Amino acid sequence: MSDILAVAEHRRGDLRDVSYELLTAGRQLADETGGDLHVAVVSGDTESFADDLNREGVDAIHTVADGEEFNHDVYAQAVEALHAELDPEVVVMPNSVNGLDYAPAVANRLDLPLVTDAVALDYDDGLTVTREMYGSKVETTVDVAGDQQAVTIRGAEWPAAEGVGDADISAFDADIDADAGSTVTGFEEVGGGDVDISEADFIVSIGRGIEEEENLPLIEDLVEATDATLASSRPIVDNGWLPKNRQVGQSGKVVTPTVYLAIGISGAVQHVAGMKGADNIVAVNTDPNAPIFDIADYGIVGDLFEVVPELIEQFE
Amino acid sequence: MKVLVTVKEVAEVADDFEIAGTEVDERYLEYDLNEWDDYAVEEAVQLKEDGPADEVVTVTVGPERSEETIRMALAKGADRAVRVWDDALEDVDLLDVETKTNLLKAVVEAEDPDLVLSGVQAGDDAFGATGVSLADEIGFQWGAVVNALDYDDEENVAHVHRELEGGVEELTDIDLPAVLTIQTGINEPRYASLRGIRQAQSKEIAPKSLDDLGLDSGSIESDLDLTSMYEPESESDVEIFDGDASETAGKLAEVLTELGVAE
Repeated sequence: MSDILAVAEHRRGDLRDVSYELLTAGRQLADETGGDLHVAVVSGDTESFADDLNREGVDAIHTVADGEEFNHDVYAQAVEALHAELDPEVVVMPNSVNGLDYAPAVANRLDLPLVTDAVALDYDDGLTVTREMYGSKVETTVDVAGDQQAVTIRGAEWPAAEGVGDADISAFDADIDADAGSTVTGFEEVGGGDVDISEADFIVSIGRGIEEEENLPLIEDLVEATDATLASSRPIVDNGWLPKNRQVGQSGKVVTPTVYLAIGISGAVQHVAGMKGADNIVAVNTDPNAPIFDIADYGIVGDLFEVVPELIEQFE
Repeated sequence: MKVLVTVKEVAEVADDFEIAGTEVDERYLEYDLNEWDDYAVEEAVQLKEDGPADEVVTVTVGPERSEETIRMALAKGADRAVRVWDDALEDVDLLDVETKTNLLKAVVEAEDPDLVLSGVQAGDDAFGATGVSLADEIGFQWGAVVNALDYDDEENVAHVHRELEGGVEELTDIDLPAVLTIQTGINEPRYASLRGIRQAQSKEIAPKSLDDLGLDSGSIESDLDLTSMYEPESESDVEIFDGDASETAGKLAEVLTELGVAE
């Protein structure tokens, strides 16, 4: 009993990147426990997904054909049944919105200790998980008791598995009760709007640091003076100060401009997920320890209400 | 309909801080209502104001200190509160999901709500798992990361939007009783009015021990052991501009011009 079970994720016909990252994390654990890496793929076109997931280091792939799109009842039942069949040491799931919609149920019904949002895993006589707390200000290591565990992993922390594998691919009958209490009725793209920030070359983006909606015109003046495109982190959109189509991050848009000027943005992981692909990241923040400076190329540690007017002056 | 809202008092860490052992030194912590729970409270209070809900009760796992935070939720319109605590919880560095589930399950059994609202995650430990775990344990349906809620009184169904990654929302119908984990931005949390703050003083906060909930110390034995805490190592090679606002802005303007995005 030292195998690892990783559960892939897909949406609207495509495997999500985290699925390939799960393979890497799972293989690493399997090497440490001395077991096999089993991969589960549930719902949708499982045969084609299985072919894509058959990468180096994968020993077995189990397809569960029930359902088209993600449904937490189907996923929880499928993983529970596979767990009973395979008896793995660790179940590895994505720390995605859908992962968090079924992983806690899986852990609860199998009575497994659950650790979410892992950024590193280590197995040496037991599982140790590295994770962050207090908005990424500290990192912690957590020893997890018991013979079997469940973890969810943060996206983009492990490289995607590559190469072509020779896994055994087999269909698994999980005996799913489809008469569940929740029904997915559709999908909706949000915030089309007039501007597509994902196309912008120069983005001026604002966060909590601007404090009040009344300070927005100051930033708009900078945007106008530099011919930039205005975007923001989540709190600005949550407050209704800018429309949803301006939000950069995990649940917003992914942007890849030449320059991303982050003003008053601390750099929470959910935001960074949307902008780390920028060629140049510039940060203006009063807190020299703000995580945004860890990924920035240029920085100003200072008060945006002093820096921004000076910057506007430079371009007028 | 009775709505139960899980409300957590979370610690926020100052910009500069020190770590003592496996904790942030108490001097650098400030306590506040968990941001996500603020939206959950607002959603519950709106359900009451709009008609479907008759009563909004909050539940908090926290020491006596957390009553200040609980009063904030009461001032915003919750009717009464339950606070669960036991001295045995003082020594636990990191409450695991199972323990929180056990404690909240006991409160759900006593309160018998139709709907439980919980923040998506807590700003301190950021597990993001308690709501769904609780739902599974008590046999309720659930939905995680809900950013729009339309409750249909006749059908007893919650029509929700779940905020997926990348600007996509999933539309889901969830039968009640249910647990929904509430995402920020679903509404605009109100400020507590002076009148609300005054009224909150006379609202009930019922303390509950493990005994009161029919639990023993075995139900709070955590599977997780926090073994180290440290500041993440920065791999940054950021070039910081020195000088006053005028000088730093000047250097930044040069860079923006060199990169060809502004002139």
